[in-house]
Amino acid sequence: MASQGIEIKDLYKIFGPHGEKYVEAVKNGMSKAELNEKHGHVLGLKDINISMPAGKIQVVMGLSGSGKSTLIRHINRLIDPTTGSVQYEDVDVCQMSDAELLNFRRHKTAMVFQKFALLPHRTVIQNTVYGLEIQGIDKAEAKKRAQRWIERVGLDGFEDHYPNQLSGGMQQRVGLARALTNDADILLMDEAFSALDPLIRTDMQSVLLDIQEELKKTIVFITHDLDEALRLGDRIAILRDGEVIQQGTGQEIVLHPADAYISDFVQEVNRGRVIAVETIMDKTPLQGDIKIEVKPDDRLETAAQAMSSQEENRANVRDNSGNLVGSLQLKDTISAMVTAVRH
Amino acid sequence: MWDWYEFPAIGRTDLRDFKKAGDQAFLEFSRAYGESLENFFRPLLNFLVWFEKLLINSPWPVVMGIIALLVWLGSRSWQLVVGSLASLALIGYMGMWENTMYTLALVSVATLVCIIIGIPFGILMSKSDRIQAIVTPVLDFMQTVPAFVYLIPIILLLGLGKIPGLIAVCIYAIPPVVRLTNLGIRLVDKDVLEAADAFGASPRQKLWSVQMPLALPNIFAGVNQTIMMALAMVVVAALIGVRGLGMEVLKAVNNQYITLGFMNGLAIMAIAIVFDRVSQKFGKRLQKHSEVIHG
Ligand SMILES: Nc1ncnc2c1ncn2[C@@H]1O[C@H](COP(=O)(O)OP(=O)(O)OP(=O)(O)O)[C@@H](O)[C@H]1O
Ligand SMILES: [Mg+2]
Repeated sequence: MASQGIEIKDLYKIFGPHGEKYVEAVKNGMSKAELNEKHGHVLGLKDINISMPAGKIQVVMGLSGSGKSTLIRHINRLIDPTTGSVQYEDVDVCQMSDAELLNFRRHKTAMVFQKFALLPHRTVIQNTVYGLEIQGIDKAEAKKRAQRWIERVGLDGFEDHYPNQLSGGMQQRVGLARALTNDADILLMDEAFSALDPLIRTDMQSVLLDIQEELKKTIVFITHDLDEALRLGDRIAILRDGEVIQQGTGQEIVLHPADAYISDFVQEVNRGRVIAVETIMDKTPLQGDIKIEVKPDDRLETAAQAMSSQEENRANVRDNSGNLVGSLQLKDTISAMVTAVRH
Repeated sequence: MWDWYEFPAIGRTDLRDFKKAGDQAFLEFSRAYGESLENFFRPLLNFLVWFEKLLINSPWPVVMGIIALLVWLGSRSWQLVVGSLASLALIGYMGMWENTMYTLALVSVATLVCIIIGIPFGILMSKSDRIQAIVTPVLDFMQTVPAFVYLIPIILLLGLGKIPGLIAVCIYAIPPVVRLTNLGIRLVDKDVLEAADAFGASPRQKLWSVQMPLALPNIFAGVNQTIMMALAMVVVAALIGVRGLGMEVLKAVNNQYITLGFMNGLAIMAIAIVFDRVSQKFGKRLQKHSEVIHG
């Protein structure tokens, strides 16, 4: 659906009255702490270059204060950059006029917030139509479209409830329905599930993945949770102190952490759910009677389950066009799941 | 020798000249503009007179019925409806019906004027820190300077009568609506405002879809205070010739009629209590869903 990705280029953000004065200094290596101490300015983002793929989920991960919210707010320009650009469909969002920006926000983006940010004086349905109302779409039509998403996120029957009558999980469903009703190509989610209980959170992740399967939106998802990042992210960028310290697929990050900081992060990860079969398979298919076949992009956990449930200790790998591309031993699969793989 | 006991004031003649010059300038101003000001306020006068006549010339059961209906709509409380009707009936029985209608008309029109002028001012103030810095001391002035001081120029400009009375009441009563509109808008949850921004709401859309509805309970608290202050001013308004319960209180003061004074004073109080309870109940109802609850 979404045709183009989002290109973030050379983005710097320095908070304070004269941010632009210190860009050079930061480029020359002044640290966040030094900038704050000497000049009273806060380094928000430094030299950000991310190519966010169209129709995929780009996760931005990092600890509190690393600049995640600042970054995602540059995409719909809730925050203006100090220097740099955010390109979408060959237009620089940072150069748009006020009118163009309103238009961009109305038609191209929708956002889900960590604290839900629902309109407390409006019912669920009135919240859900908000984006369409801002666009000036006819009430009946807006209601019809909103109703569809209310049902899709599992809120039917709650249309006339007020947000303060709902649990956190349900409030965020409203937030999601409100964003989806906008039918924008870009979906911005700033720690959308962080305020939810673990079970509800997993539930919401499934709802999102389910919807994404169908819609193929360009989603930017912020989280500080690695498991969430690995489950949702087609690509992941890791931020620290306003800088990208590594980006790539979840597997790349788990297998090749760029530094000790990220190694610490990925140590506790369930590798079986991250590493794909093709990463560790033997490139030569096995001959003879092999009962189990798996796909190259299946995760190791799935492959191991398939083998052990049939009491087999090997499998062939067949790609989506039907060719045999490799093979897998149960013993290697298990050991890749429990220890760091070296290539 | 320097005199430490008498403050070094400007000379008596200088002072006299200073006051004279001030008065003279104002007199000239009032001669030049008094009439056009009067014309400017004529529609307001006509409206006030029309409203007074409406209240006084309607049959009393109709007036009571309408008041009962308004109290019910505002408060949804039978006790309040019964209480208001009982106090009105007592007021009427004690021969204060007509004066009460005059006072009700004055206070209602003054409140309306305060709302119509005050809310836009409050909105402007909330949009700009500079406007807030300018308007706040003006509001302080309006609330603290003794009313008699600004009565003088008002009388000089417009003479005695309903309009100068109405203006005096409004000057005293308008600050709370302005202040609380400003405050209410400034207190609106930043997260909700950001959401409106993210969906591309224009400043006007934000004002009407988010800021005003969420500020409403505060604005309403301001209106409530404004009504109370307007009622408190009816005796002062009587000084410049506004009829009503205030005039009777003034008469009682001048002639030391204790009972008359208390009767009318209590009538003003009864109206105040009804207004206050009804508007508070209404404000509570507005607030019902406004608290934001996270997670
Ligand atoms: N308006 C602002 N003025 C000054 N500094 C700011 C401003 N907004 C953010 N910062 C600073 O920028 C840095 C990044 O903040 P940001 O909110 O983007 O972090 P985050 O990764 O979203 O953290 P969290 O997980 O707590 O939401 C922090 O050091 C913060 O103090
Ligand atoms: Mg954040």
